Amino acid sequence: MTSLPAVEELKAWIEAGVPGAAVRVIPNGSPSAQHSLLIDQEHARTVAEFLRDDARLRLDFCSLVTGVDWLDTETTEKIKVKKVVDGVEQEVEETRKTKTPGYLEAVYHLFSMEKKHGPVILRLRTANRTDDAHVPSLTPVWRSAEFQEREAFDLYGIVFDGHPDLRRILMWDGFADYPMRKDYVPPADDPLVGVRP
Amino acid sequence: MADDLKELKIELSKNGIFTTTLEELYNWGRKNSVWPLTFGLACCAIEMIATTMARYDLARFGAEVFRPSPRQADLIIVSGTVTKKMAPQVVRLYNQMPEPKYVIAMGACAISGGPFRDGYNVLRGIDRYIPVDVHIPGCPPRPEALIHAFMTLQKKIDEQALAGPERPRHLHADLPSEFPVPEFGAHGLEPAQNDEVFLNETGNPLANPLKVIQ
Amino acid sequence: MVRLESGPGEIMEVSMGPHHPSTHGVFRMDVRLEGERVVRLKPVFGYLHRNHEKIAEHGAYLSAIPYTDRLDYLCSMTNNWGYVLAVEKLAGIPVPERAEYIRVIVAELTRFQNHAGLVGFLLQDMGASGTPLMYAFREREKILDLFESLSGARMMCNYMRFGGVRVDCSAEWLEEVRQLNARLPRFVDEFEALLRGNEILMARTQGTGVLSRELAINAGVTGPMLRASGVNYDIRKVDKYGVYDRFAFRVPLGDHGDVYDRYMMRILEMRESVKILEQALKDIPEGPVMDPKTRLRGLRPKAGEAYGRIESPKGELGFFLISDGTTNPYRYRVRPPSMINLTILEDMCLGRNIADVVITLGSVDIVLGEVDR
Repeated sequence: MTSLPAVEELKAWIEAGVPGAAVRVIPNGSPSAQHSLLIDQEHARTVAEFLRDDARLRLDFCSLVTGVDWLDTETTEKIKVKKVVDGVEQEVEETRKTKTPGYLEAVYHLFSMEKKHGPVILRLRTANRTDDAHVPSLTPVWRSAEFQEREAFDLYGIVFDGHPDLRRILMWDGFADYPMRKDYVPPADDPLVGVRP
Repeated sequence: MADDLKELKIELSKNGIFTTTLEELYNWGRKNSVWPLTFGLACCAIEMIATTMARYDLARFGAEVFRPSPRQADLIIVSGTVTKKMAPQVVRLYNQMPEPKYVIAMGACAISGGPFRDGYNVLRGIDRYIPVDVHIPGCPPRPEALIHAFMTLQKKIDEQALAGPERPRHLHADLPSEFPVPEFGAHGLEPAQNDEVFLNETGNPLANPLKVIQ
Repeated sequence: MVRLESGPGEIMEVSMGPHHPSTHGVFRMDVRLEGERVVRLKPVFGYLHRNHEKIAEHGAYLSAIPYTDRLDYLCSMTNNWGYVLAVEKLAGIPVPERAEYIRVIVAELTRFQNHAGLVGFLLQDMGASGTPLMYAFREREKILDLFESLSGARMMCNYMRFGGVRVDCSAEWLEEVRQLNARLPRFVDEFEALLRGNEILMARTQGTGVLSRELAINAGVTGPMLRASGVNYDIRKVDKYGVYDRFAFRVPLGDHGDVYDRYMMRILEMRESVKILEQALKDIPEGPVMDPKTRLRGLRPKAGEAYGRIESPKGELGFFLISDGTTNPYRYRVRPPSMINLTILEDMCLGRNIADVVITLGSVDIVLGEVDR
C-alpha cells in the first residue's frame, strides 16, 4: 500500500511507458481517496500489460471487474441572453437544456501480490448505451476477468471484444434484457413490491 | 375413530390382541418412513443439514436416509430460494418422484420469494408450479421448526383416507401427478404460473388441504 | 448424457448438476469426457442468482446488511464485516476499539466453523458418508449457540453496523467463548487424528487438482486456495484492517497446490484462528461499541466510491460502492471469492478422472449464495 505513487505520478508513468495512451485522472470525492484512471479503448490492452509487467508496479492481480450504468443526463441551466423584445434590446433569462449521453463503464481494481500494494483503479468507457457498447477485453492480460466480464455482459450489455467465451453467465441464454441497467423494467406479471424503484 | 372403539382397542391390547384398520396400518407405515430427497438450494439447506446432524437428528422421525435420486424419494424439501433458472429443474424432479409424494416449502423464499421477492430471477414461491403440503416460515427456520413441519406432515399423512372422495391425490385416477415444466422465455418463465396449482382459495383438489392441521 | 462419437476413447458429454449430491449447492458443470478422462469442463451457475446487487441499490445502506448475511450463508459475520468496512471507507466512519475486538472474535469463530464444515463436506464427497461432517457440525452448533446469544440468530446474524456492532457482548459471553476456545485445540487434534494417514484420503488428494503459483495469481484466486499454491497473500496481513496488526499469527503456505494441501490449509488455519481468539479475548478493552453520533438510517455519504475488502474464510471478499450523495448506493458490487476461484476449475481438472473433479470442486470451497449472489 505504501510503494504505490500518487495517482498523478502513476498517470505520468503510464504515459511514458505506453506512448500515445490517453489517461485521465478521475478524482474520488469520498474519504477513501481511491482515485481512478480513465484509459482510452485503443491502448487499454497495452496499458494493462504495462501495469502488469512493469518492475515498479507488478500489478499481477486483477481483483474486481465491475460494470456501471450511467444514464443519459439532462442539465438545465438558466442563462441570461441579450435578445430583442418589442424592439428593445434586453437581457432575458433563457433555460438551456444540455443532454449528456450516457455510457456504460467497466471498472477494474488492480493489486499486486508480489509487492503487496494497491488498489490501482482503471476505467473503460463505452461510447454510448445503445448501439456501441464495446470495450476491449482485459481477460488475455488477467485471467480473473474472465467470469466477471461475462457477468458485466450478461447484466449490463457491455460487449468485451477479444473475450474468449463471451456469453451469459448468470441468466439463461435466451434472456433478452440487461437487468442491472438503471432503466430495466420488470415484466408485468411480477411487478416490484417491496422497493421504491 | 370413535371413542368406544378406542376403548375396545385398549382393552384388547391389554390382553395381547392388537387390532387396527387397514387405513391406520397403511398410514402408519408410510408416515414413519418418509425419505426426503437431497435437495438444498440455499441457506435453508444448511439448516436442513443441521437438522440431520447429531444435535437435532431428523433420522429418529423416519427420515433415515436422504435419497439422491428422485425415483426413490417420498418427500422433496424445497429449502431455499427457487430462481426462475432453477424452477424447471425443480418441477422436473418433482415429476420424477413416484406417488405418494409430498412437498415441504421450507423458508420464506420457497413460500413466496421471501426477502428476494423483487428479484428479476426469483420465483415468488414454488407453489406456482407444484402443490405444496407444508409451509415453514422463517429465514432460515430453526431446525426445530423443520422437525415440527415433519411432524405436521406425518399428522397429515395419518389422517388421509384410503377410500371415498376425501382420499389423497395419489389414489385418484384422474388427478395428475406430473405438472408441466415451465420454459425459459425472453423476459421470464413461460407460463408465469400454473393456474391449476396456484389457487389461493379453496377448491384446489390437487393439494387437498381439507383440514387445517394445528 | 449424450454420446457424440464412438471409437477409441468414446466422447461423452455429462451435465453434472444442478441437482447433484456433491456439487455443494445448485451448481452445474458441463463435462466432456473421453472414457473417464476430462477433456473439457465448463461451469454453469446462476441457479441461485437472487440479484442481491439490484436489491441493495434500491434500498438504503443500512438495509443491505441483512442481505449480506445471505451471500456466503455459512459465514454471515464476515460478510457483514466486508460490507460495513466498505461503507466506513466510503463515508469515513471511525470504529471504537472494543467493537474492533468483537469483530475479530466473531470473524475468527466464523472462520473456524467454516473450515471445519469444509473438511466435513470434502470428506463426504470422498465417500466418508457423513461421519466427519457430524464431528464438524458438533463444534459448529456450539459456535452457533454463541452467535445466537450474541446477535439473536444462529446463521443470519445481521450483527455488524458501520461504525461498530449492533449490541455489546457481556462478560459472561466472553467467558463462554474463552471456555469454548480452550476446548477447540483438542477438537482439531481429534479431527485431524481421525483423518491423518487415512489411505483413501492420501491417495485421492495428493497430486490431484494441482494449481500452479502463476496461474493462481493471474486467475485472481484468493484465500486458502491461493496459499496452498505457495503464495503468501493474506489480506489480514497485507491490509491490516481492523486490529489484526496487534495479533501474532502465522500464515500457513502449501508446497504443491493440490487438494491435500488445500485440506491441510484449512486445518492449519483453524489452529491459527484459535491463537488469534486467545489473544483477542485476553486484550479486549472496555468501552462503547458504537459512536452514538454515527448516522445509521439516512446515511448520505459524499459522492464518491470506495472498495473495502476482508479476508473471509473463502478468500478476498470485497464490496465496491459508488455513492451519488443520496441515501441509496448508486452502484453496489460484491467481489465473490467463490466465483472467481472457480475460473480455473477447468484447468485443474483437465486430464484427470471424473471422480477427481468432485473432490477438486470440494476443495475450492464454493457457496452458491456467493457465486451467484
